[in-house]
Amino acid sequence: MAATVPRQASAAGFIQPLPSSCEAFLAVEPVKLMTTDPLVPSDTPRLQMQGISKSFGGVAALREVDFTLRAGEIHGLVGENGAGKSTMMKIIAGVHTDYEGKMLIDGKEVHFRSARDALAAGIGMVHQELSIMPDLSVGENVYLGKQPVTGAGIIDWRTMMAGAHEQLKSLGIDVDPKTRMGDLPIGLQQLIELARVIFSGARIIILDEPTSALSPPEVQLLFNVLQGVRASGRSIVFISHFLDDILSISDTVTVFRNGRLIVTHPVAGIDKGWLIERMIGSGHEDLEESYTGAIALASKPGQPVVLAAEHLGYGRAYADVSFDVKAGEILGIYGFMGCGQIELARTLFGKIKADTGTLAIDGRKRRLRNTTQARDAGIAFVPENRRSMLFYEQPVYKNVSISILGRISRLWLKPTIERSIARKHVESLHIRPPRAEVALGALSGGNQQKVALAKWLTHRPKVLVLSEPTRGMDVGAKDDVVKIVRALRDEGLAVIVVSAEPETVLSLADRVLVMKKGRIVREFANETISKDRLLEAA
Amino acid sequence: MTFQQTSAARGSKSSLFLRSQMRNIAPFATLILLLIFFSIASPSFATIDNASNILTQISVTGIMAVGLTFVILCGEIDLSVASIANATGIVVAYFTLQESYVNIANIPVAGWLAVALALAACTGLGLINAFGTTVIGIPSFIMTLAMMQIGAGISALLVRGQIAYNVPDIVSTLGAGNVGGFPTIALVLLAFLVVGHVTLTYTRFGRYIYMVGGNREAAEYSGVNVKLILGAALVICAVCSGIAGMVGVAHFGSAQQNEFDGYLLDAIAAVVVGGTSLFGGRGGIGNTIVGLCVLGVLNNGLDHIQIDSFLKILIRGLILLAALIVNVYVQNIRSVERAEGA
Repeated sequence: MAATVPRQASAAGFIQPLPSSCEAFLAVEPVKLMTTDPLVPSDTPRLQMQGISKSFGGVAALREVDFTLRAGEIHGLVGENGAGKSTMMKIIAGVHTDYEGKMLIDGKEVHFRSARDALAAGIGMVHQELSIMPDLSVGENVYLGKQPVTGAGIIDWRTMMAGAHEQLKSLGIDVDPKTRMGDLPIGLQQLIELARVIFSGARIIILDEPTSALSPPEVQLLFNVLQGVRASGRSIVFISHFLDDILSISDTVTVFRNGRLIVTHPVAGIDKGWLIERMIGSGHEDLEESYTGAIALASKPGQPVVLAAEHLGYGRAYADVSFDVKAGEILGIYGFMGCGQIELARTLFGKIKADTGTLAIDGRKRRLRNTTQARDAGIAFVPENRRSMLFYEQPVYKNVSISILGRISRLWLKPTIERSIARKHVESLHIRPPRAEVALGALSGGNQQKVALAKWLTHRPKVLVLSEPTRGMDVGAKDDVVKIVRALRDEGLAVIVVSAEPETVLSLADRVLVMKKGRIVREFANETISKDRLLEAA
Repeated sequence: MTFQQTSAARGSKSSLFLRSQMRNIAPFATLILLLIFFSIASPSFATIDNASNILTQISVTGIMAVGLTFVILCGEIDLSVASIANATGIVVAYFTLQESYVNIANIPVAGWLAVALALAACTGLGLINAFGTTVIGIPSFIMTLAMMQIGAGISALLVRGQIAYNVPDIVSTLGAGNVGGFPTIALVLLAFLVVGHVTLTYTRFGRYIYMVGGNREAAEYSGVNVKLILGAALVICAVCSGIAGMVGVAHFGSAQQNEFDGYLLDAIAAVVVGGTSLFGGRGGIGNTIVGLCVLGVLNNGLDHIQIDSFLKILIRGLILLAALIVNVYVQNIRSVERAEGA
C-alpha cells in the first residue's frame, strides 16, 4: 500500500513512546482560524428550521419545531432518548429527506436530497462513534477522500503532510501528521476528525455526544478548540447528555421533549435543575408512567452477598468498579451510553475478561474465563440485543433449552423433555403464540425477550444480569418483564439491571449505582430517588 | 414498519415452504436430472455393476466429507482434509513392513500399533488446527491452509519420493476387501455416514454444532463453550480424513506423495453441493449424501459418454459454481426473512 511511504519516513518518531494524554499536543499559540464568509450580515441566522414535522410510520418524531442557529454560536441540545434531537439533526444533515416544514441556510431556503447535499452546503457532523481510520496517518485522516495528487495522479504526500500540519496547528493542535491515528489518545482522534469536518468547508458543525469518551482534561482541550471555532464565525450544535458540559460551553441551549422543542434559552442564568425540569416535563402529557415522583428504595436487611466485585477494570471502558449484590435484591446500574456499564455486564458473564480486580460468587473468588464457566458458577445474562441471544430460525423450545441441555442429559438429546420444559415457560410467561414448536423469528419483540429470559428460568441462577431488559418494548410487554423480574427477586435471586434508560432502572431497582465515564460515582440506597436526582448524578 | 413486514410475510406464505426447502430440493433435483440424463445417454451407466463402481469411487471422498460437514456446519472450513489423509495414509505404511525394493527408511511395527500411530498422527494434526483456530485465533481458512502444507511436508519427508505398497491387514481388509461382492470400503463409508448423522441429530454435541453455526454469539451468551465445539469439530474432521487416508491407501494399493490432491475440492464440493450452508447452522449428513451422489454420478457418468476428457474438468467446475449460487441465494432469502421477521 502507498501508505507505507510516510510511515517509513516517520520511523524515528515511533521510538519514543507517545504521550498518553492530550495536553502534550497543545500548541502554545492560541487558536486562530480563518473567518468564514464575512459577507453574510451577522444578524441573518446561519440556520433556520420553521415548522418542521417528521413522523415514522404514523408515530410523530418531531412536531412543529422552530429552531434557529446563529452564526458564531455554540448551541447546546438536550433531551431524553427519543425526544427528537437526533431526528432533527438527521434532517439538517440530509439523512432524512422526507419532512414537513422549511429549512433556511443564511436566509435561503434549502431542501437536501442527500447527505452529500448537506455536506456541500457546509454542514458537517462528528458522530459519537468516530469515523476515523486508525491504521492511517493523521495527515491521511485529515485529507480522507480528497487527498492532494500530483500531475501524475499519485498522492502528493509532501503537500498533504505539510497541509495537515498547518491546518491542525491553526486549531491549536501540534501533532506530527505522520503519526498513526490509532496511537493517539481518543480525545485527540476526535479533534482530528473535527478538524477534517472543519477543513472540508463546514460552517455548521454538529457534535453528537462529543464528551462521553473524554477525560476531564480532554474535555477542556475540546472546549478550547471549540471556542476558537466559534470565534471564526462557524456555528456548532452540541448534543449531549452531560448537562454540565452543555452549560459550560454553550451560548444557547434548546430542550427537546417528546418531539417538541420546549424552550430555547441563553445559558447565562440557568442551571442543571432548570434543564432537567424541562427535559422531564410535568409528566402529565406522557402516556407512560414517567417516574417524576419520588420512589422509595428499600433493600431487605440481612440478606447474604451473592456476588461481590472488587476494583474491576477493563481497558478504557471502566475502572476501579467495586460493588456487591445481595440475594433477593435488584441492583440497578445506570449510566449514559458509553459509560462502561455494558462492558461491565459482559465481564460479569465471562464474555470480557477484566484486566484488573476480582469477582467473588457466594464468597468464593472466581476467574471466569468464558461464558460456560460463568453459567456454571450460577450467573445468567440477557444481553441488550436480543439478536445476540436468540436463534431466529430455530423453534422456541430449542432456544429455551440451549442453556440447560447439559442438565437434561449428558449425551443424547431428549426432545420430549425439552418441549415440555419450554411449554411450561411459554405458559407461565404468557408467550404468544403459545406454542413451543414455532420458529422464534415469528414472535414479536416482547415475546422474544420473554424467551430470552425463559432460557435461564428452568434451573434458577444465583445472579441474573439483565442489560436493557425493556428496551424497545411496548408498555404491556414492559410491564410483563418488570413483573417477571420482580417475581424472581422475591424468590431470592440477585438481579443486576444495567441500563441507560432511567425508567428501566427506576421501575425495577431496589438499589441504584450510577456510572459515569467508567466509574461508579454515586449509590442510592434506602432513600427516595427520582428521575431528576438520577440524571443529576450521572 | 411493522405492518409492512406482516403484509410482506403474508403475501409470500404460500411459497415460503418451497423456498425454505430449496436448500434440500435443489441438490436432489440435480441428482435425479443427472441420473436420467446419463441413463439415456449411455447404456452402460444404469447397471448394478456401475452403481457399485460409483459407490466405491465416492467412498474416500465421502469419509472426508462426513468430517467436513461438522466443520462447515460450524461456519468454518478445513482445507487440510486431503493433506491430512495423505499424511496419515503414509504414516500407516511407514510403520508397516515393505518389500525389499521399496527404499524407505521405515520402522515396521505390529499392525495394530501402526494403525494406532496413524490415528494419533491425524488426531494430533487436528488438535493443532483446533489450537490455532480457537486458542490463538487464526481464521480456520488460513490455519488449515498452513496445515495443508504441513501435511504435504510430512508426506514428502516420510516417503522421500518413493512409493510404499503394504499396509496393515486390517486396513487393507477395510479398504480393498469385499463382503459377498460388496466393497468393504463402501461399508466403512456407510458406518461413518450413520455415526455422523446420529451424532449431529440426536446428541447434545450435535445440537451445539448447529447452534454455534446458526448464531455463534447467541450460543456463547447461552453458556455454550463455543471454542470447545469448534475445536472438537476440527479434530473430528481430521480423524475422519486420517481414516479416509488409510483406507484410501489400501484401496489404491499404494502410498505416495500427492496421492489425494484432488480430494480436497471433491470433499468440499460434496458438502456444499448437497446444500449445507457455507455460513453454518443449516444442512447435515443427509445433504452430504446427496452431494456425494451428485459428484459421484457426474464423475462416473462423464466417463460413460463420449466427451472430450478435458471438457470434463470444466463441466465439474460449472456444476460446483451452480451449487454455490444456489447455496448463497438460499442464504440471502433466509437473511431477508430474518430481517423482516425481527
